[in-house]
Amino acid sequence: MNRREFLKISAALGAAGAMPTLLGGCAARPLPGSGVVTGSPTVCNLCFWQCAGTLYQEDGRPWKVVGHPDDPHCEGRLCTRGSAGIGAYVDPDRLRQPLLRVDEGGGQRFRPVSWDEAFDFIARRMKAIGEQHGSDRMALFSHGDGGEHLRRMLQAFGSDAYAHPSFAQCRGPRETAFGLTFGEGVGSPDRTDMAHSRCIVLIGSHIGENLHNSQVQTLAKALDSGATLITVDPRFSVAASKSAHWLAIKPGTDMALLLAWMNVLINEDLYDREYVARHCTGFGQLARHVQAFNPEWAYLETGLEPSSIRETARAMARAAPATLVHPGRHVTWYGDDTQRCRAIAILNALLGSWGRPGGFYNQEKVDLPEYPAPKPPKPASDWKAVVQAEYPLVSTGISNKLVEHSVGKDAFFKGWFVYATNLPMTLPGGVEQIEAAAQSLELMVVVDTMPAEITGYADVVLPECTYLERYDDLRNKPERTPTLALRMPAFEPAHETRPAWWIAKGIAERLGLGEYFPWQDYQEVLDWQLKQVGSSLAEMQTLGVKRFPRKGAVYLDADNPLRFKTPSGKIELYSSLLADIGQDPLPRYTPPDRPPEGYYHLNYGRAPAHTFGRTINNPQLFELMPENAVWVHPAAAAGLGVGNGDYVRLQNPEGTRSNRVRVRVTQRIRPDSVFMVHGFGHTDQRQRLARGVGADDAGLMHNVKLDPVMGGTGMRASFVTLVKAGEVS
Amino acid sequence: MTTYAMVIDTRTCIGCGDCVVACKNENKVPAGLNRDWVVEATRGEYPNLETEFRSERCNHCGHATCVTNCPTGASHYWKDTNIVLVAAEKCTGCKACIAACPYDARLIMHPEGYVDKCTFCHHRVDRGLDPACVSTCPTRCMHFGILDDRDSIVSRLLRERRYKTLMPETGNDPHVYYLL
Amino acid sequence: MIEEVLVTARYNPKVDPSLGIWTWEIAFYLFLGGMAAGIMLFAAWAVLGRRENALAFAHNRFALWAPVVLSLGMTTLFLDLEYKLHVFRFYTSFEPSSPMSWGAWVLVLIYPLMLVQTLSTLRTGYPTLAGLVERIPGGAVILSLCEHRRRLIAWLVIPLAVGLGIYTGVLLSAFSARPFWNSGILGPLFLVSGMSTAAVLPILAGAHPQERHFFEITDMALIAVELVLIALFLINLATGAAQHMDALALVTGGPYTAPFWLWFVLPGLLVPIVFELAGLRGYRGLGLVAGVLVVYGGFMLRYLMVDIGQASTWTDYALQFDPQLLQRLMQ
Ligand SMILES: Nc1nc2c(c(=O)[nH]1)N[C@H]1C(S)=C(S)[C@@H](COP(=O)(O)OP(=O)(O)OC[C@H]3O[C@@H](n4cnc5c(=O)[nH]c(N)nc54)[C@H](O)[C@@H]3O)O[C@H]1N2
Ligand SMILES: Nc1nc2c(c(=O)[nH]1)N[C@H]1C(S)=C(S)[C@@H](COP(=O)(O)OP(=O)(O)OC[C@H]3O[C@@H](n4cnc5c(=O)[nH]c(N)nc54)[C@H](O)[C@@H]3O)O[C@H]1N2
Ligand code: SF4
Ligand code: SF4
Ligand code: SF4
Ligand code: SF4
Ligand code: SF4
Ligand SMILES: [Mo]
Repeated sequence: MNRREFLKISAALGAAGAMPTLLGGCAARPLPGSGVVTGSPTVCNLCFWQCAGTLYQEDGRPWKVVGHPDDPHCEGRLCTRGSAGIGAYVDPDRLRQPLLRVDEGGGQRFRPVSWDEAFDFIARRMKAIGEQHGSDRMALFSHGDGGEHLRRMLQAFGSDAYAHPSFAQCRGPRETAFGLTFGEGVGSPDRTDMAHSRCIVLIGSHIGENLHNSQVQTLAKALDSGATLITVDPRFSVAASKSAHWLAIKPGTDMALLLAWMNVLINEDLYDREYVARHCTGFGQLARHVQAFNPEWAYLETGLEPSSIRETARAMARAAPATLVHPGRHVTWYGDDTQRCRAIAILNALLGSWGRPGGFYNQEKVDLPEYPAPKPPKPASDWKAVVQAEYPLVSTGISNKLVEHSVGKDAFFKGWFVYATNLPMTLPGGVEQIEAAAQSLELMVVVDTMPAEITGYADVVLPECTYLERYDDLRNKPERTPTLALRMPAFEPAHETRPAWWIAKGIAERLGLGEYFPWQDYQEVLDWQLKQVGSSLAEMQTLGVKRFPRKGAVYLDADNPLRFKTPSGKIELYSSLLADIGQDPLPRYTPPDRPPEGYYHLNYGRAPAHTFGRTINNPQLFELMPENAVWVHPAAAAGLGVGNGDYVRLQNPEGTRSNRVRVRVTQRIRPDSVFMVHGFGHTDQRQRLARGVGADDAGLMHNVKLDPVMGGTGMRASFVTLVKAGEVS
Repeated sequence: MTTYAMVIDTRTCIGCGDCVVACKNENKVPAGLNRDWVVEATRGEYPNLETEFRSERCNHCGHATCVTNCPTGASHYWKDTNIVLVAAEKCTGCKACIAACPYDARLIMHPEGYVDKCTFCHHRVDRGLDPACVSTCPTRCMHFGILDDRDSIVSRLLRERRYKTLMPETGNDPHVYYLL
Repeated sequence: MIEEVLVTARYNPKVDPSLGIWTWEIAFYLFLGGMAAGIMLFAAWAVLGRRENALAFAHNRFALWAPVVLSLGMTTLFLDLEYKLHVFRFYTSFEPSSPMSWGAWVLVLIYPLMLVQTLSTLRTGYPTLAGLVERIPGGAVILSLCEHRRRLIAWLVIPLAVGLGIYTGVLLSAFSARPFWNSGILGPLFLVSGMSTAAVLPILAGAHPQERHFFEITDMALIAVELVLIALFLINLATGAAQHMDALALVTGGPYTAPFWLWFVLPGLLVPIVFELAGLRGYRGLGLVAGVLVVYGGFMLRYLMVDIGQASTWTDYALQFDPQLLQRLMQ
């Protein structure tokens, strides 16, 4: 890479340094922590793992955020992003006051308005929608804690439709598949018992770059205690670099490998006979089904040596049942995702790892009663029957479907609330449809902390304060040990920003629905709830985190005959529910699309320094990783005539071009793929650090594959080539 | 003389950079400056590869050339240990120590102008705490302790595992160890 | 094949991507320090050899140039400090392991010595100035005393000036962290180069032919020695450890090849030696050009040494991200 780049930054710093220099310089800074230090509990919101921590201030100035030692999500250690939480608070580009779209001087612009004006506007439009189309026509997109308050407000209004991108763009397939197989999903945080695993199989799942905190910590623990790691990834991921076996699979062919593994386990009699006999149905059908799929067959599809397929299958069996075939998390890849996740579920069942130490454990949360408030009315219609009837197995909203049903005059949805999700960069290839929806909708309200791309489509932008400036619901997640954690404000909300609970209540009151929010301040709700479980807000303000006793066993109780929540009460290797709706009851392999000549698989993933696009403008994290790079294998780079540090644009077969992005030539990627970190390429000019740096993957996705079972968007079937972006300016 | 050492396990380091963020916050290092950093080293050719991640910082050298080259004694060993510090009130800003560090571990503290570096968080060590980076690392691949104490975690790890230091050929006697 | 990249963007100003702490200020100081040392040596040499006629300029007038030249150098040294007013901190302690500390203290000794060396020939060299000194109470006595002790002073000058000349090289060579500098030859090389740049000054200053002749021959000899030392210096690197060979590569095919050979060795050493030969043969103009080139070469040597040394390093990490982007943090 270019080792000798001229650094203007030093000049900038040099100038800043000149003044005290002339005055003779300053003395050393006082040692950190020698002033007055105060701490207050928080729950990190830099991603959705929700680690509990403490925000420390020294002499009244923000100092650091540190993980809470009693918290099972973080075990006292926040991740890279969590440690940079203060960056979200101090970001100078945050939204500051409510903005209203107005027509002025022949064009449109945002006018800063008071909260009253914003609320009145929203209430007026919502009432109009209710009168003209019905009160069931509002949709909520949410990916964050505060969304629950808005949801309650919309339910009170009569609209129940709700989608979070963490389903149809993320873990929907696996929740669906594990639900079909075991009767329960994996949940969040994932119920993987990696700390006790003797063998871990990661299929794509790039833990280490994916920085979900306790996932990383338990994987490290497993490695420390000598577990065998097997990583299936077309890229030499961080996890692959820690693995005993790296299977550099041809993209999109995982199903073939999974079937071959089953073939080996069954034909070499390596599966857990007793477990299968006791807990599973459909083994005979499965055994017959996989006969055709031996490692030699899989080799032709995956490019993986039959010997290494066998070897890894045996390694899994040796360690079973403490073998975790990790279910992955972002699994909307090639459209056959529910089926692939089913194959993973089945593999785990064959190894007997579900409900066993080192496999999947049983989670529990605290029985926390709801604050007494009126029940919202039953909505006038069943929106699911209108919007996602093709997916009867899905009980939650499919975000892409909600968008689809917002386009056009006759569309079902007439208004949106968008909370903490940046849809244009989140829905693959979805910008045009979002734009079309924005044209059709009668109201779009975006609640965000930053001027994200989605705010550009809004009628009203409502600035939420950051997590360090607000209360939210108690964190009560399923865990090994039931635990509550408190997020409380460490700072007054900056500028004119306000918390979601205040926003939801304010709008509800304008709508005449104040009775659904029968409290003045959300602290009342938290205190009431906590008192029901033997704590109080005051106690939690000092504790931050409180653990509660478990009721049931952590693992499958061998003595108690168990009923799984499937139709048969057993682990369904053969899925009766899928058969019922005309889908494959046993997973089948479909070869993926291959890139046209001169094109490469568009592979993408996470980098530890960032969470999607939401942290790029965080000054602390921008400083760590200011842009993304496109990874290119040396052979591909030679063919394309690009070198390290060159700026290129990515172009898909339909001619869509990305922003310019730097090339990283590396051995760590297959010659048929390019890789980039998702989240870069912000276009909103108000994000002064993030604007225009790096490329966005979502805009390049031209071949989105819908999952026939759960409606999610497969994002890995797109192709790009590289075009030179000209000299570095 | 007490010798403190940092031992970092490359088998579990994932290159996440949390140690870098933790240091910046703990020590209030201004934007644009770094006391620690993370390196990724890949050997081999696809698909036979090895990648190592290393969190790097000042090595608190037993024979610190930054100290020997400092004309004023501003660069010094802290309290009869190997922890190398800079006394800002003695520093001339001549930068000899920067040139003298083979690990490029020193930086100029703008806008104050004096030279700064990793302190092994001696302010925490003094209170019996691990350095900020060590206590934050999510994989727990970083360890800190006294090398002369046979029972310390660092001594134990160095007895039990293979390890390396960075460029021992410098003769600086570095005290950040990497487990292999 | 090893791919070594920085995962976290690191661009410590003046340290990344390669060291840039010292630029022309330090080079200029090293150059002038060496020149001052050379001047003192020649002035002392003329006194010790009782050459007040043959080397009239060197004997009578040259000594005054040393403090002037050195003070100019000290000015640029001062300009380089991050902390201007804290220059006094150099004198709050003596650190025997630090060449820079030695240098600071050597300067303390050398200034008075320069002064008395100047005073010892001031009446013959600069009568007007001497007149001014005599007006100061006790001035005349001091002048006489210095004149009287002229030879003793010259004897004292020799070791200290050699020390000053060598020190300018040792300062760099003590940095084992910079492989290109890390050679014992740098001290002698800088001393010889300093003497060479001093030797051409009388020529340029218009000394009479006999003296010019002496200095031209002396300078040719010095340049010849310098060439040998440079060869040794490079051989030294070539036979060193890996990082020394990497450092050598900077001037043998690397980015500093052209500057080193085409901007320094050729015009700063080879051309002058030829021109000086021509000067001896009577082409006085070429002799003068040679003098200018020698001075230029002396500066280039320091400038390139300072620069290349900072480019030679033990660490060599590639940047993954565009460091320019970090400027956005400063806006
Ligand atoms: N730092 C950080 N951590 C995060 C997040 C973040 O934004 N930043 N986001 C969090 C969220 S919401 C999620 S859902 C998770 C997602 O994290 P994961 O569930 O780990 O995501 P994946 O898509 O499985 O991981 C991407 C990996 O899949 C590989 N891959 C690409 N194509 C194929 C293929 O065809 N077959 C196989 N086997 N592998 C392939 C890529 O090379 C890459 O290494 O991360 C979470 N953690
Ligand atoms: N192309 C592509 N698309 C993807 C993925 C991918 O890897 N590539 N990953 C998919 C996955 S796994 C997921 S989970 C989704 C995630 O999708 P999103 O959740 O939409 O992810 P972000 O881009 O981080 O958008 C978060 C938005 O929330 C805002 N925000 C942050 N904190 C707060 C807060 O406290 N309050 C409020 N009100 N707003 C806040 C941010 O400013 C930002 O605008 O994306 C999916 N889409
Ligand atoms: S995993 Fe990291 S970013 Fe996510 S909540 Fe935990 S500390 Fe915060
Ligand atoms: S925090 Fe730990 S795992 Fe992360 S880069 Fe630093 S040393 Fe490695
Ligand atoms: S690493 Fe560099 S700064 Fe640290 S003690 Fe060694 S020589 Fe000094
Ligand atoms: S910059 Fe300061 S600490 Fe460094 S050598 Fe000079 S005086 Fe010593
Ligand atoms: S020991 Fe302290 S000063 Fe050094 S890198 Fe770690 S956190 Fe920073
Ligand atoms: Mo996700």
